[in-house]
Amino acid sequence: MSPVKPLSPHLQIYRPQLTSVLSITHRITGIALSIGTCVLLYWLLSVAAGPEQYAKAQTVLRCWLVRVALIGWTWAFFYHLCNGIRHLFWDAGYGFALGTAYKSGYAVLVASVIFTGLIWACVVSQQGAPL
Amino acid sequence: MSLRSNLGRVKGLGSAKQGVHHWRVQRLSALALIPLSLWFVTALMGLVTAPHSAVVAWLAQPHITVLLLALVTALFWHAQLGLQVVIEDYIHRPGRQIAAQLVVRAGAILGALAALVAILKISLGIS
Ligand code: HEM
Repeated sequence: MSPVKPLSPHLQIYRPQLTSVLSITHRITGIALSIGTCVLLYWLLSVAAGPEQYAKAQTVLRCWLVRVALIGWTWAFFYHLCNGIRHLFWDAGYGFALGTAYKSGYAVLVASVIFTGLIWACVVSQQGAPL
Repeated sequence: MSLRSNLGRVKGLGSAKQGVHHWRVQRLSALALIPLSLWFVTALMGLVTAPHSAVVAWLAQPHITVLLLALVTALFWHAQLGLQVVIEDYIHRPGRQIAAQLVVRAGAILGALAALVAILKISLGIS
């Protein structure tokens, strides 16, 4: 009953590398985004409940704590979206060369930060205040 | 060399053949979410300072209603399938595993239904 199976080395003995860190980040952002769908649901329910409830929700969504969470969520969204596209290319069989995996990884990081900046610049320019 | 354990070989158990379907729906929902979620986030930028009446008017347009219904369906489906894998990877005790899967599934279904009803309610002007 002793299975002679090759075991992969334990996670602790690996030095973290860009590729492995990006991989676990995809999972963490996926979980964060799943929690974030509650905010979307809250927003939809407040619109359905009428003007008063909607105004209340607006205030809640503008308090600074929720704001910070929303900015983090925006980054998580763009990261997961861009890295998800990277995943889909792998699923189709492209982009496995080590150099390519590193380049696409850096591209995902840069793109997610730029998109998050653009979205919040757009919000701030309309509301006239950062928080 | 076979990777199956002696016990596994004796019992002759294979996979339940459910994995391919899960994998496929996870990728399909991801593909659908690329345009849908990008559209929604950009559309939200036009609603940042909009009053309630403007949000309702926007949402009630038939094509917006349809896209939002599609977004919500793909979103909750994708999230549930994704969380299912995370739970399979980290929660190993059978009882807890099943309980966690049930909670996530029930949450995703109830959340999706609530969102769909809210969208339809707004769109059809029911208050
Ligand atoms: C915005 C809402 C989204 C939520 C809540 C969400 C949630 C999740 C979760 C929880 C996982 C599981 C993570 C894991 O198993 O490690 C996952 C995986 C995945 N997501 Fe998303 N996701 C979202 C959007 C997207 C989008 C827009 C794409 C499109 C590119 C995408 C592509 C993927 C892919 C390809 C995987 C599988 C990765 C793997 O093979 O490990 N997701 N998602």
